[in-house]
Amino acid sequence: MANFSTNEFKAGLKVMIDGEPCNILENEYVKPGKGQAFNRVKIRKLISNKVLEKTFKSGDSVEGADVLDTELSYLYNDGEFYHFMNNETFEQVAADAKAVGDSVKWLVENDVCTITLFNGSPIAVTPPNFVELEIVETDPGLKGDTAGTGGKPATLSTGAVVRVPLFVQRGEVVKVDTRSGEYASRAQK
Amino acid sequence: MSRNVCEVDVPILSQAPVTDPFLDNFKISFAYSAPCDGDAIYYLQTSPEYGMKRMLASGSGDIYYLGKAFRHEPQSPQHNPEFTMLEWYRIGFDDRTLMHEVAALLEATLGVTAVEYLAYDEAFLQYCQIDIWTATHQELVACYTSECTYDLLAESRDHVLQLLFSEQIESKVGKSTPCFIYDFPASQSALAKLKASEQHKAHRFEVYFKGLELANGYYELTDPEQLQQRWQGDNATRQKQGLPQMPHDERLVAALHSGLPDCAGVALGVDRLLMLALAASDIQSTLAFGFTDA
Repeated sequence: MANFSTNEFKAGLKVMIDGEPCNILENEYVKPGKGQAFNRVKIRKLISNKVLEKTFKSGDSVEGADVLDTELSYLYNDGEFYHFMNNETFEQVAADAKAVGDSVKWLVENDVCTITLFNGSPIAVTPPNFVELEIVETDPGLKGDTAGTGGKPATLSTGAVVRVPLFVQRGEVVKVDTRSGEYASRAQK
Repeated sequence: MSRNVCEVDVPILSQAPVTDPFLDNFKISFAYSAPCDGDAIYYLQTSPEYGMKRMLASGSGDIYYLGKAFRHEPQSPQHNPEFTMLEWYRIGFDDRTLMHEVAALLEATLGVTAVEYLAYDEAFLQYCQIDIWTATHQELVACYTSECTYDLLAESRDHVLQLLFSEQIESKVGKSTPCFIYDFPASQSALAKLKASEQHKAHRFEVYFKGLELANGYYELTDPEQLQQRWQGDNATRQKQGLPQMPHDERLVAALHSGLPDCAGVALGVDRLLMLALAASDIQSTLAFGFTDA
């Protein structure tokens, strides 16, 4: 993998820091008038998902990280691995629970997810922005209620719990924003 | 200027630039410099300092320069590689009286009604809880709260001080009123006189306002021997850092030998002053044509 100097750092560049692939979020060149320049770099560690700031000496280089985002559709879970498939090549990839992380509660069969591969192995799974899931458990609401009264918790088929309006009932399919974990609407029939 | 300061112009291309280890020049090659083999190198000025000091030594009196200066550094929201500098020298002034004049300029241009003064060492005591004169190198490094990818213990003490200043002090001073930081350590004196009573401190000041480093001034060093020692120090630092050596400006040494009057001088970034006046967050918006459109 190529090396990148701080002069080439920009948002989105993937580099190896502390032995872990990282995504550069921000890079700021700082030059005190009479002092030595340095770079203030904000990174996200792609395995631990931690965001932190690092000080680099300007001109220093780091190794690039072989990180690739691919769009794969979710197939099934075999108890240990989560299997995804490339819809064009039919190539399959198995991600472990660590790579899937919290995204597990938004995995819907046949939905296309973004799988981040590091050296060919999945390290992160990002679900689509919206998923549709069935409500398996919720208190019966009051008839005639319209949205905006705070709602009630509902358990979805994947185990995710979201707040839904009181008029939404068990057995209905709802659309949820996976980035905020919030109810968006009833699913289109 | 209503204060009887005369505008001067100096060549922006010179053969011997300012030697500061961390000021990088644009180099220009000149193909017609007989009888030299090959091209002669000229440098675009990082500031008009040397030319103006030669004028002062030849009896110019109070002078100012308002024009272009160049620094070979990446663009950033605070820096355009070509920028406008206002530099002026006042005979008979020291750093204290010049700070008051800079304050008056900021009051007139930015409408500020007050300024703060904070000694360099006091700033460290207040914001890093450390006494820079007694702290060991290790203690200074331990003060740095961000993660550093290189070994600060192997870096110079001044680098650690500058890093601490940039990251842990600069954002906290001069938030609502301009802040003058004065009495820099002698090791960061550049061409400022050392304090007669406290030789570890230099008559150098900087001005910070809303996160911008706005101006840098000295009660000027007038001793030619010390000037040459400082240059040797700069070149030694350059060698350690793997940076090119800079020629000594013999004409400036000669000027100091003939007598630089007792004076103080300051350089102020005009584009940054405009940023503050316009509340602009990027220097590009103060320029008709930014560096990438030039």
